[in-house]
Amino acid sequence: MTIAAPAPQHTAQNADQHVTPQPMRDVFAETVSAALDTDPRVAVVLADISADRFARAAQRHPDRVVNLGIREQLLIGAAGGLALTGMRPVAHTFAPFLVERPFEQVKLDLGHQGASAVLVSTGASYDGSYYGRTHMAPGDVALLDTLPDWTVHVPGHAAEVERLLRDALAGEGNVYVRLTERGNAAARPVGAGLVTVRAGSRRSAGVVVAVGPMLDRVLAATEDLDVTVAYTATVRPFDREGLNQLVAQAGHADVLMVEPYLAGTSAHEVAAALGDRRHRQGSLGVRRDVEVRGYGTPADHDRAHGLDTEGIAKAARDFFLV
Amino acid sequence: MSTAPALTRYADLPALIGLMTGDEKHRIAAESTREVLWVLYDRVLNVSPETAEDPDRDRFLLSKGHGPMTYYAVLAAKGFLDVATLRRWAAFDSPLGHHPDRTLVPGVEISSGSLGHGLGLGVGTALGLRAQGRHRPRVVVLLGDGELDEGSNHEAIAAAGRLGLDRLTAVVVDNGSATHGWPGGIGERFAREGWTARTVSGRDQDALYDALTAPHGNRRPLAVVARVRPKG
Repeated sequence: MTIAAPAPQHTAQNADQHVTPQPMRDVFAETVSAALDTDPRVAVVLADISADRFARAAQRHPDRVVNLGIREQLLIGAAGGLALTGMRPVAHTFAPFLVERPFEQVKLDLGHQGASAVLVSTGASYDGSYYGRTHMAPGDVALLDTLPDWTVHVPGHAAEVERLLRDALAGEGNVYVRLTERGNAAARPVGAGLVTVRAGSRRSAGVVVAVGPMLDRVLAATEDLDVTVAYTATVRPFDREGLNQLVAQAGHADVLMVEPYLAGTSAHEVAAALGDRRHRQGSLGVRRDVEVRGYGTPADHDRAHGLDTEGIAKAARDFFLV
Repeated sequence: MSTAPALTRYADLPALIGLMTGDEKHRIAAESTREVLWVLYDRVLNVSPETAEDPDRDRFLLSKGHGPMTYYAVLAAKGFLDVATLRRWAAFDSPLGHHPDRTLVPGVEISSGSLGHGLGLGVGTALGLRAQGRHRPRVVVLLGDGELDEGSNHEAIAAAGRLGLDRLTAVVVDNGSATHGWPGGIGERFAREGWTARTVSGRDQDALYDALTAPHGNRRPLAVVARVRPKG
């Protein structure tokens, strides 16, 4: 099965509407490098990707910044071993090589050992669209969602990365931080569940939940609708109680989840959050029914998946029956 | 009830194993590791029930997690496990199953079963100890020759050599079970990557002891290939 090529867009402005470039990888390297200086528990394992960004930290802490080469099974295995000695390991590479390729190591060398690490990916679903399918990981969050006790952060702004990472490094437990180079114009509060960005009326059509980098597009796409728009950069654990309360204040118990990875990844969480009432839910995200076999720009892929502002606007009108 | 303090010798291992029951295939795998496990816990590893949580203890990682009966028997003989625990082997609420779980069994350093995970965990453990300035503890990982088929081992073998993890030891029990074999010998795979490799009889306790304890060179990990009769 093939899908129609997205309509060609010839200006940079049209090509990436409501998307703001984010230096998240730089903020990640700066935040973790600073933590290496102050917290002797922190260690970084790399598989070549971003090794240049950690070169100075590696000079200062040669035993705690270790580039293993292109060895992703070992990347996670070594993180597990480090954790077993009491360290707080950070493992990092492109999302498909961090979560999908060594998934059994993620499952067994971390969770099953009772060990934990901070996994930080870059590339998101298709930031590297021109590399093709091998470098795309729209399934990373769904895959991690098969394992218990993972915290999953999907920040939409570089400033959110710093806050989330600092807490993750100082804390315990397994944490996945999904970086992207394409996000929102402004940072939002993180770490406290769903945040209302725009409140609908008592007669509103429902609630839209925008995850991380989807927010600015969702705001633009729904500006003519009477809906509540809520934001979160943390999808696991999911703020079920917060969603339930937002829905209770809305005119209809209709919830549209807009996620930057596989559509419906959080559908079971929404269902659980609204188990006490009749409700409808819709899921926008990267399509599951077909492999989008294209290169081009990330904006091309947004359009192919209906995740550009126009696509979200159309889907929202359809879902809310307006 | 007695904790059977008498059952603490090498000669007691068959009796301890006899408290458990299992299928014959796993019994063979368990048998192939008997001398190695005994020499490690009796003469080599600096760890005891009292120091099982000490950050400066030696670590033993059973990567080849199938056939753990001998392992459990040795742990019981050395006091990590109550002998009575062995009787309920593989029951739903027993801490002892066909593959060990570190969160359930005192003294078990890793949960294993899926092949090819122990050496990567061992590399990370050695890195963590080095980063903390703990240069004395050893990290000993037990693998099987068939297990070496798993590619993850070769990521770990190469990296451990390059990173100079001289406190890391791999013991490969070679019972000729790898389907396609290892032409030129298993030790060669490690030596090429900067390890010191020694091949000895897996039934000769003194030879195993010497191979595990003789100095093996600065910044070189140690591989001991323990050959036993092929299963069949």
